Amino acid sequence: MALIEYRDALNQAFAEEMERDPNVVLMGEEVAEYDGAYKVTRGLWQRFGSKRVMDTPISEAGFIGMGIGASMLGIRPVMELMFWSFAAVAWDQIINNAAQVRYMSGGLINCPIVIRGPANGGTNVGATHSHNHENFLANIPGLKVVCPATAYDAKGLMKSAIRDNDPVMFMENTLLYGEKGEVPEAEYLIPLGKADVKREGTDISLIAHGRAALTALKAAELLAAEHNINAEVVDLRSIRPLDEEAILASVRKTHRAVYIEENKPFCGVGAQIASMLQEKAFDDLDAPVLRISSMDAPAIYSPELEKKQLPRPLDIVEKVLSIC
Amino acid sequence: MASAAKAKQLDFAKTPINSKLSAQQKVRLLTEMVRIRRFETESLRQYQAKKMGGFLHLYNGQESVAVGCVSLMGDDDHVITAYRDHGHALAVGMTMNECMAELFGKVTGCSKGKGGSMHFFAPDKNYWGGHGIVAGQTPLGLGLAYALKYKGVKGAAMCFMGDGAVNQGCFYESLNMAALFEIPVVYIIENNGYSMGTSLARSSSFKSCLAERAEGFNIAWAQCNGTDIYEVRANVQTAIERAHNESKPTVLEIATYRYYGHSVADAKHTGGYRQKEEIEHYKQNHDPIQVFKRRLIEEGTLTEEKYEQLDEAAKAEAAAAAQFADESPIPSEESITQDVYFEVDRQTEAGRTGKHFFNS
Ligand SMILES: Cc1ncc(C[n+]2csc(CCOP(=O)(O)OP(=O)(O)O)c2C)c(N)n1
Ligand SMILES: [Mg+2]
Repeated sequence: MALIEYRDALNQAFAEEMERDPNVVLMGEEVAEYDGAYKVTRGLWQRFGSKRVMDTPISEAGFIGMGIGASMLGIRPVMELMFWSFAAVAWDQIINNAAQVRYMSGGLINCPIVIRGPANGGTNVGATHSHNHENFLANIPGLKVVCPATAYDAKGLMKSAIRDNDPVMFMENTLLYGEKGEVPEAEYLIPLGKADVKREGTDISLIAHGRAALTALKAAELLAAEHNINAEVVDLRSIRPLDEEAILASVRKTHRAVYIEENKPFCGVGAQIASMLQEKAFDDLDAPVLRISSMDAPAIYSPELEKKQLPRPLDIVEKVLSIC
Repeated sequence: MASAAKAKQLDFAKTPINSKLSAQQKVRLLTEMVRIRRFETESLRQYQAKKMGGFLHLYNGQESVAVGCVSLMGDDDHVITAYRDHGHALAVGMTMNECMAELFGKVTGCSKGKGGSMHFFAPDKNYWGGHGIVAGQTPLGLGLAYALKYKGVKGAAMCFMGDGAVNQGCFYESLNMAALFEIPVVYIIENNGYSMGTSLARSSSFKSCLAERAEGFNIAWAQCNGTDIYEVRANVQTAIERAHNESKPTVLEIATYRYYGHSVADAKHTGGYRQKEEIEHYKQNHDPIQVFKRRLIEEGTLTEEKYEQLDEAAKAEAAAAAQFADESPIPSEESITQDVYFEVDRQTEAGRTGKHFFNS
């Protein structure tokens, strides 16, 4: 096992998949000669050349659409959005083209494209640069949505996303790019639609996705150390497809659940999970399913306050104590 | 004026791409245009008989554009268009049956009843739709052409669009990248003078024509008249050759006209934003079918009788398609959640992992 950064885990995934399949190309703003705004693609342009790693103009609708068109003819583009927030200007291409063309063609066409980039708040860049789109996009049948929390997950999920024959929205996190994690030397893939129990526990299920899964892990340590509560942490990793079985198995064991995410609360991923739990695990529940999300307002700039807008370990501890 | 127009017409007949056409090929071009018109007229009848829902955007009057352009497609040339897509679909060889059945929402439709009028597809015929969002197909067309270049194939992607679509941002993003990356895409603006009820003059600011906007991107452009299918073919041929031989884009604007309203719902298209006289003028002087038919009869390639025959055959084919569509079954309820994810449809391991649908 090597200890590498989340960004390098992704970088390895790109390099391996590009070696494996000549139809895999990387495109986006600054991904080639500049090595990527967050250096996720560093070194790949030197290694693979301009045909495989391509800088695009600042035209998200145009280049995302171009990637979708190319994917219809069998190219497998991995498109970087410098921030997922900028997907708003490419919304039409993603939602009306990538997601619908298979259906509207009666299954004659598919789009093996990955659209990726950071989707997170917490970096004091203001509301325009801090959106979490996973709930929006998971709402669209035809799209897949993945939110890895660790270097290991990022690499394994990215490799699967690139090999997947449907459009995969891959959401990373600028706060995680520099986080190191163990990544095996040998090749591995993580299937989309498989959750990961990141901490086993017996008293409550902390279910989360993305960076919130790491926040939940920190909260679980506090709960164990200070409150004698043994929390289980279930990281969904992929929102759609969703590993409902893993969620249900955990809640049937612990009988309590809190969903944690950095999304906004209204129709957030947690809303879907809470609804599912009351429907499918009602008799197993000893308490209402609670949710923690980022505070329901645009992302504030003020560095001190923005920390409070996102879920923190103590917010989770407090919620857990209200039902444990 | 009339003689000048005639001289110009003769010129296009003499361009190599047209002068080498056999009598049979010429009649074929005419037949394709007539088939489209008869299909559209039949679909209007069926719409009025309430056999279909939604919008119906008819292509009558514009037939020379789709037929002329598609007639030049080689094995590695591709087509994508907007929602006024029946003409292009028939021109690439889709059958009237599958097209009419799609309008009827039947399982025998080209998209199994999942796309409707605006969303016809036939990737096996290099036909990539059928797109309902104005100009949304323009980056896709770029991507098709990019893929051809990436694979080292000598091909072009023809991306059709309306005169209203030129004012969308993604079109300009696409033009910039087409020039920057030297992508063999041909943007074909079917300028029928109107975007819904808005005339060209009320929608677009331009110097001499819409295609001229390409100048700013350093892209070759041309503007031509769609009345004469030879003129269409001559201009498209130049663009396709540029794509094939130089891997460079072109913007080609073709003047054309639609006889019906924007969609069938646009019943007040005469006397509202345009006058009956204008439509009559086009039908009398610019109808691409009549103009070509007259030419073929004058040169002895066709007789009035033969024309009647091919017209009757097209009418009968359209009527039979309507019957086929009518008698076809509607899609099954289970099919609502099919053709959403490739991996699920194929029951691959990825398709079997996790929950993809959330119907309770
Ligand atoms: C993004 C978007 N905006 C508006 C519409 C509604 N709409 C459909 S067609 C149309 C007019 C387009 O005209 P034009 O591009 O000239 O094509 P034509 O109908 O003449 O073939 C409008 C406004 C749409 N489908 N998509
Ligand atoms: Mg128009």
